Amino acid sequence: MSITEILFWFLTALALGSAIMVITAKSPVHSVLALIVTFFAISGHYILLNAQFLAIVNIIVYAGAIMVLFLFVVMLMNLNAGSEPQKNRVLQFAGLISGGCLFLVMITALMKSDVVDKTVQMNDGDHGLINNLGKELFKNYLVPFEISSVLFLSAMIGAVVIGKKEKIEK
Amino acid sequence: MQALTNRVKAVERKPMSFFERMYLVAIFKGMFITFMHIFKKKPTINYPEKKRPFSPVFRGLQVLNRDAEGRENCTACGLCAVACPAEAITMEAAERKEGEGHLYREEKYAAKYEINMLRCIFCGLCEEACPKDAIYLSETFTPADYQRKQFIYNKEDLLIPHPVEEPEAYKKALGNKAKKEIIN
Amino acid sequence: MLLAIDLALIIEKLVLIIIVVMASLGIAMYTTFAERKVAAILQDRRGPNRAGPFGLLQPLADGVKLFFKEEIIPNFSSKFLFILGPSLAMLTAIMTGAVVPWGDKVHFFGRDISLQIADVNVGILYVFAVVSLGVYGIMIGSWASNNKFSLMGGLRAASQIISYELAMGLSLIALLMVTGTLSLKDMVLQQHSEGWHFRWNIIYQPLGFLIFLICAFAECNRTPFDLPEAENELIGGYHTEYSSMKLGFYLFSEYINMFISSVIMSTLFFGGYDIPFLNEANLSVNIAALLGILALMAKVCFFLFLFMWVRWTIPRFRYDQLMNLGWRVLIPLALVNMLVTGGLILLKQNHWHF
Repeated sequence: MSITEILFWFLTALALGSAIMVITAKSPVHSVLALIVTFFAISGHYILLNAQFLAIVNIIVYAGAIMVLFLFVVMLMNLNAGSEPQKNRVLQFAGLISGGCLFLVMITALMKSDVVDKTVQMNDGDHGLINNLGKELFKNYLVPFEISSVLFLSAMIGAVVIGKKEKIEK
Repeated sequence: MQALTNRVKAVERKPMSFFERMYLVAIFKGMFITFMHIFKKKPTINYPEKKRPFSPVFRGLQVLNRDAEGRENCTACGLCAVACPAEAITMEAAERKEGEGHLYREEKYAAKYEINMLRCIFCGLCEEACPKDAIYLSETFTPADYQRKQFIYNKEDLLIPHPVEEPEAYKKALGNKAKKEIIN
Repeated sequence: MLLAIDLALIIEKLVLIIIVVMASLGIAMYTTFAERKVAAILQDRRGPNRAGPFGLLQPLADGVKLFFKEEIIPNFSSKFLFILGPSLAMLTAIMTGAVVPWGDKVHFFGRDISLQIADVNVGILYVFAVVSLGVYGIMIGSWASNNKFSLMGGLRAASQIISYELAMGLSLIALLMVTGTLSLKDMVLQQHSEGWHFRWNIIYQPLGFLIFLICAFAECNRTPFDLPEAENELIGGYHTEYSSMKLGFYLFSEYINMFISSVIMSTLFFGGYDIPFLNEANLSVNIAALLGILALMAKVCFFLFLFMWVRWTIPRFRYDQLMNLGWRVLIPLALVNMLVTGGLILLKQNHWHF
């Protein structure tokens, strides 16, 4: 085993383990923290794929900003394990079935796709480096990139509209 | 309303200009002021090594005085206890026995003399009241101890060292009494 | 071959890591001392001068005192998170030093050793990522304390750091447009003066630097932005419930953050280890490296002094003023700065013709 492989297995175990922690942890704060660990493991995978920019951005945006807000909300609401309402048995069963179906579909889709017989190229290729990524984004994928920025703009406007103080009319 | 003095300053309440609202100039001014304090002379002294000179009328802990031959001056007349506004002084008088002439200057002396330093306000009225020059306030201060009862000073704590047997310690304890006498 | 790695490289990096971590800890230690001393001098006092000559052993005395203090863990707190908080704060504070170029290179044992632990090509983004993680230490610790004041402090810290990170990032984008690289090493190399041509980034980005500086103050929770630990409102802020060395870790991580942000500021805007108008190629490698490190440290010391100087000059903001400054002044300003910089770069590429 090369060091890359050791790292790969370690990160995979970390990602899966902490992802399971997210849904099994009793306290919501713990599950948020486990989710952060998951993001870290995934960022590690990006680095193994030589996509440093993606890795760092994943940490900045997801672990650094979004999860802070998650934590914020969870801490403020002070959710406890006890306060969670008991779910309906039928609903739980339906959830299990639909989740299983989704899992099945995903597995079959992955089995049929051509990803399977390609091994992942570890630690080579320079598509993930920021120069190439930038050129790629602004040359080949300019339109989708700009459209996604419009999406962000609309989200921002939405936030401003929600956050605006309503004028009290007398 | 008419101003009582001409020292009143009118407060300007015009809205701030753009440059004032940027606050940067004000911040730099403030920074300059604090920076200039680096070069100011420090009023603090390194206390235990360096001490400020006492004022000639400084009032520290009390001392019971002896005369030049080492006899106690105090006659336990109780004037100091009466004068004491904090009622910190208590004493018991006793008569001098035969052969104690080298210990006490007069026929009556204080067998017990206590000053409660927790009550004492160091006003110096005991010193003023004393007709025998037996008590005066020294330059010693900041006593520290572990228990409250140790702050009730008895005669052994208060008596000045013997001028004949321990002349060095006597001189030290005398402090600025000499100076005080010149002023008086 | 199981581990086909250059062993010398590993040893070299390990030594470098140890040196950098120890140095940042040591410098942070003496920054606490300098803080007290500078505060004293600015207030016409003398400051600590009892422990050792000129009080130089004071930080050691402080550290020993903290170690011997009783450790108190609140009953109703989550113990794991309570300990995780200060550890994370310390960890993220120290981690930033990995991508900073402390000097050019030294020549030992027939090897050229680069004085940078990792020359990541997204260096500045790495710094950002680590800084944005720093808030977890505060948030987790404050929540685990199970104390309303702590939680308030933690929430303030989180919202403040997130808000100011935006302006900081935007001000950096303008700088990145000028330099065209994300690697800190390349940025420093670009800023080396060519002959008499002085090329520090502060000349090209004065406004960007100002915004970055203000944001750095906010990110380090320093006065005038020290609302998370505003004593007169929140007792001790997020570290109200902490005692002993766990409190020490929080306080210490603040000073390490100060040190690291000073290093980042001097690297980004003041040429890093560059000495202006000095041609390093004329000197021997080791001497040039030493001079470079000294130059960097001199710049860092200036910034550290600035941190303290500002602390004793400017009073604390009110919370709404803080948010106003962040969102309604700094972010638009950074955006304008970005726009103007972009325009100027385009003009320059067009040889100053419209």
